[in-house]
Amino acid sequence: MSEPPHRRRAHASSSDLERYAGLFAERTRVMRSSAMRDLMAVTARPEVISLAGGLPDTSSFPPQTFAAQMTRIAQESAAEALQYGPTEGFSETVDCIVEVMGAEGMLPDPDDVIVTTGGQQAIDLICKALVDPGDVVICEAPTYPGAIPVFCSYEAETIQIECDGEGMRIAELEDTLERLDLEGRRPKFIYSVPTFQNPAGVTMSLERRRRLVEIARSRELLVVEDNPYGLLRFGGEPLPPLYQLDGGDFVIYVGTFSKILSPGIRLGWAVAPPPIMEKVVLGKQAADLCTSTLTQYFVREYFSDGRWREYVESLTELYRERRDAMIEALGRYFPPQASWTEPDGGLFIWATLPPYIDTGDLLAKALRDDVAFVPGQAAYVDGRGRNSMRLNFSGCGENELREGIRRIGRVVEEQVELYGAITDKGSQGKDARAATPGGETEEVAVDELEPFNNALGGDVLPFRKAEGA
Amino acid sequence: MKIAVLKGGRSLERGVSLRSGARVEDALERLGHEVLPLEANGEMVKQLAAGRPDIAFVAMHGPGGEDGTAQELLEILGIPFTGPGVAACTRCIDKVLAKHELRGAGIPTPDWFAFNETAFRELGAADALTGLEERLGFPLVVKPSRGGSALGIKFAENWFDVPEALVSAFSYDDRVLLERFVDGRELAVSVLGDEPLPVVEAIPQSGDVYDFEARYEIGRTAFVCPAELTADESSAVVEAALGAYRALGCSGFSRVDLILAEDGPQVLEVNAIPGLTDTSLLPQAAEAAGMSFEQLIERILDLAMAPTGA
Repeated sequence: MSEPPHRRRAHASSSDLERYAGLFAERTRVMRSSAMRDLMAVTARPEVISLAGGLPDTSSFPPQTFAAQMTRIAQESAAEALQYGPTEGFSETVDCIVEVMGAEGMLPDPDDVIVTTGGQQAIDLICKALVDPGDVVICEAPTYPGAIPVFCSYEAETIQIECDGEGMRIAELEDTLERLDLEGRRPKFIYSVPTFQNPAGVTMSLERRRRLVEIARSRELLVVEDNPYGLLRFGGEPLPPLYQLDGGDFVIYVGTFSKILSPGIRLGWAVAPPPIMEKVVLGKQAADLCTSTLTQYFVREYFSDGRWREYVESLTELYRERRDAMIEALGRYFPPQASWTEPDGGLFIWATLPPYIDTGDLLAKALRDDVAFVPGQAAYVDGRGRNSMRLNFSGCGENELREGIRRIGRVVEEQVELYGAITDKGSQGKDARAATPGGETEEVAVDELEPFNNALGGDVLPFRKAEGA
Repeated sequence: MKIAVLKGGRSLERGVSLRSGARVEDALERLGHEVLPLEANGEMVKQLAAGRPDIAFVAMHGPGGEDGTAQELLEILGIPFTGPGVAACTRCIDKVLAKHELRGAGIPTPDWFAFNETAFRELGAADALTGLEERLGFPLVVKPSRGGSALGIKFAENWFDVPEALVSAFSYDDRVLLERFVDGRELAVSVLGDEPLPVVEAIPQSGDVYDFEARYEIGRTAFVCPAELTADESSAVVEAALGAYRALGCSGFSRVDLILAEDGPQVLEVNAIPGLTDTSLLPQAAEAAGMSFEQLIERILDLAMAPTGA
């Protein structure tokens, strides 16, 4: 009666591909795909210790709690939980969001909140509402690698402002804004992850937070504050989010349940002033009508007993131990030429190697030893970051972390030695230093720190030298 | 026929291999064959022995599949396979070895120096770098000897770039080559059996000749097939390509990459098992010759089953 089902056939001929290629939107040209993607595909092999992901630990979430909550939803609210919901999200979900934001001192108007399919969709919807092709978007350098494809797909011109130990360098931001002013251009927004930044792990200082908010006010510019990790603090004093300092006039806030509960439920949110929210809601309608009602019911159930904070505290304790293990392993296994950040929270450490090591190539070598990380270049739009890497400490147990760092340290060490062997006796150009009598490997290694620091314009990110450096 | 399709593996070209393999499997099914998809892993030999295919289609790229390893196992198991044999794969995968063979056979290939890590670590090879400038000039290209994609290939514009480029290339292989940069048109000639297919020209759209990654992205490199060549150019290119294919002992199919410089073609490398994905050059060339993907696959199978093996 009907055709039997069959698998979609591969393209019959390469002219089919040409036919599709002619249909691609202009923006697909700037969507990134590269040899690096093939490289990352190899990191998915099960035997690889991956410090590349940004995975929160979900193994400590009690399965009994999960089962009890889902059972209750099935018994008491099956019809509603399986139905469409409002585009803005359920008011009960928004109540949970207000509670989470309240834990960091923010008091948003529930009407300003939209529930989104993860924080990632919030970034996408904000761009959709604000960015035309060629518009300027400003972000940190390095920035969240997952934000770059969003900016690219809306064909934004992304300008990155260097970070140091206190987060985005506000003086550089001001210079950039002046320059743009002269060119008659106004950035659509400044995107920042001010707390335990992904990827660098740094936190913007209170003074810079204040200045950033002042700049936004005086210039009437929008700031998008992405704050997935603020509650995952295991050291230092909490700082007020930009949203709190600003009161929500010029700061659009992006939050998520991914890091305090589960990324699998795909629940995030945005908080924006009503005129912007109106456009964001329209964009959300077009994108997916509403966020999963089932997982919103789950969050509602989960928050009803008030124990979500305990779980966040247990995660924080777990991540503190893992960070400590990673820092300890870095000190032990990375060569003295390497440096890294020491975050007070979040999921990531940013390590920087001598400038002659390309971490993309290093990853290829590391994968032979079954270990992976994110090459720093992924956090830049302009090819910078080649000698840095993002290391995740939340997704593996301590022993795996140590072993992973040991393996990476070994390949880094090999590269450093090899570079030393190549330049030590090289007799031209770069290696005037090699002419120095007794310019043995060790001395070369110290010299190498010079271009390293210079290339970064001084201590761009806070770093601790490995032991003995 | 019952045909095993070997794909995947641990090489960095695993992703390409999986796409090639999937497309080959589809074509084989359409051709009415029984397909036995096989991931190249610890179970492969066992599965081959148990599955007893009539022939194996090797859709693997890079070390492990394109270097003679899989081919050697298939010979031991007595299973006929597609593409070049063990010796040709061994020569093609190693650019340094291949270039020596090409030179020996009088096929033009750019001048080069090769070094292995031991040379630097233990023998003070750095001192030998002094000869680079007069022998090769700048810019020069630094490549890992084994490795198929753009990964690890760097340009050195001057002395300052060389050590860093060497460290990068050594990430992929313990032997690297420094090669004279030849400016010209980038061409690829696929050879099927002993017949050249129409020449493909790759034209980078970014305008940056140093951007190797560009050629792996749809839309950043335009491919023209057949390439617009004069009769003289065309015959010189095809002659060099066939010469290279034969010099390295290829059979079944392979792809020869060349640069057409002002003074004629220079062979860069031969890919023993070129990609068969929907963006790959061999299928494009076959189509320009009037062959569908199924006809191409059929022909590759016939060549593998032929008693001469070629």
